[in-house]
Amino acid sequence: MTTTTRITPAGWLLTAAAWLAVALMLILPVGVLFGQALREGLQAALATLSDPDSLAAIRLSLLVTAIVLPVNAACGFLAAFALTRFDFPGRALLLVLIELPLSVSPVVAGLVWVLLFGRHGWFGPWLTAHGIRLVFTLPGILLATLFVTFPYVTRTVMPAMEARGRAQEEAATMLGAGFLPILFRVTLPEAGAALLSGTLLCAARALGEFGAVSVASGHVPGLTETVPLRIQALYDGYETTAAFTLAALLAIASGLLVGVRGVMEWRRGGTGSARVDAT
Amino acid sequence: MIPGALPSFGITLFWVGLLVLLPMAALAARPWENGAGLMLRTLSSPRTLAALRLSFGCALVAAAATTLLGLLICWVLDRVRPPGWRLLDGLIDLPFALPTAVAGITLATLYAPTGLIGAPLARLGLPIAGTPLGIVLALMFVGLPFVVRTVLPVLRGLPFELEEVAATLGARPAQVAWRVIVPALLPALLTGFGLAFARGVGEYGSVIFIAGNRPMRSEIAPLLIVIRLSEDDYAGAAGIGLLMLLAASACLLAVTLLRRRLPALRGVR
Repeated sequence: MTTTTRITPAGWLLTAAAWLAVALMLILPVGVLFGQALREGLQAALATLSDPDSLAAIRLSLLVTAIVLPVNAACGFLAAFALTRFDFPGRALLLVLIELPLSVSPVVAGLVWVLLFGRHGWFGPWLTAHGIRLVFTLPGILLATLFVTFPYVTRTVMPAMEARGRAQEEAATMLGAGFLPILFRVTLPEAGAALLSGTLLCAARALGEFGAVSVASGHVPGLTETVPLRIQALYDGYETTAAFTLAALLAIASGLLVGVRGVMEWRRGGTGSARVDAT
Repeated sequence: MIPGALPSFGITLFWVGLLVLLPMAALAARPWENGAGLMLRTLSSPRTLAALRLSFGCALVAAAATTLLGLLICWVLDRVRPPGWRLLDGLIDLPFALPTAVAGITLATLYAPTGLIGAPLARLGLPIAGTPLGIVLALMFVGLPFVVRTVLPVLRGLPFELEEVAATLGARPAQVAWRVIVPALLPALLTGFGLAFARGVGEYGSVIFIAGNRPMRSEIAPLLIVIRLSEDDYAGAAGIGLLMLLAASACLLAVTLLRRRLPALRGVR
């Protein structure tokens, strides 16, 4: 790709307009984010992170991500395997169901678990009778996060598996390999990069999810507050420096995950640094 | 026949059933538990209608504005290619990397009456925070990458020859843009618009901090769901949620169908 040799005056005008829009809409907010975090200096910003409730929020977010990732990565990978390696009726329907969480509002993604397991939920009375609380506690946060990160791995892995076809798995079958050897020694090595890419996206979303978790969590500081919920609590409590410091930390973590994925996709020869399904 | 059909299907169906099918069944069934009449009356209450109108209206305006802006940026990134276009290209993905709550408090601070952009505009008599304009700006921030990442690959795949032929036939640059490029991009533009709209209708985290959240004025539909839920009105909350899900799905379906019907340069895509 070479740079165009000559740019017309109209071209420069359009370029200026595009940069102005990106500067105002995208760069300035990021500047404000770090500016607000550092407005009392780096020392003061870092000091806010040692608040026990913020530390507990960081621990909880990491725990939630550590549980959600393997579940959705393994199941999403198996689903992509099933969808691309076998012909069956209802394939399109299954695909629609897997992609459905993408078009659901985050708030609804939290709401559905309350409808099921809340005090007046379908299973609420039974759970209450047995002294089990699912929503407004850790399981509720987990279910909400599992739901919003549900489609990412399958969506990233499926195109890679589809593009490669079934020939290798079929050859392995002829040679007498069973299901697990095929899955781990034929399919996984080939689709591993796509799996990692989808998992990175899943991790970024799991760490940063706000709406769904907000509905399904009890918002108890130190117990059921994830990092995004802690940011809201600090911001609403006018602890601006602390809120923006935690927000900057989350943005850096999320930016690294999305950035690494972008570089990977670009080297895999993808079309752009990020795909449309990212959030 | 590749082995493993049973275990891979079994686990997939269990996973989909527990995490998608069961919750969606609850969302579909629960709005009606007090009778369809009551459900319709709740949905048509002034406060709910105002929230729905605000969410859908702002998402529509934001998606349209984002599509135009996205087209401009795609054009610059592919056809103008100024020095530094790769940097511009990379910056477009910033909203993907910013979690919604982070974007929410940042935009609220930026557009507040004391904020960097909010202050000068407030002096001009144009308040942003607490108005639909603030919601639209937040939704544009969230939606921009969706449009650019949908349209840019298609524009890149569009052969230069097309424009050269039009130019040799005597078309002026503006004519080439509007009569040749834009029609060819229409399916991609529509998809980008649909994605941005569907995302905007349900958006919560990046909006609530800037919206002001006054009932009837600046209360978005997802927030009303949260409020209904906190009042233990499960049916009411589920009703609004179901309506929003149906609207978002219908919008994405319409875009898919429209794309199929648009004859514009199917081969070029």
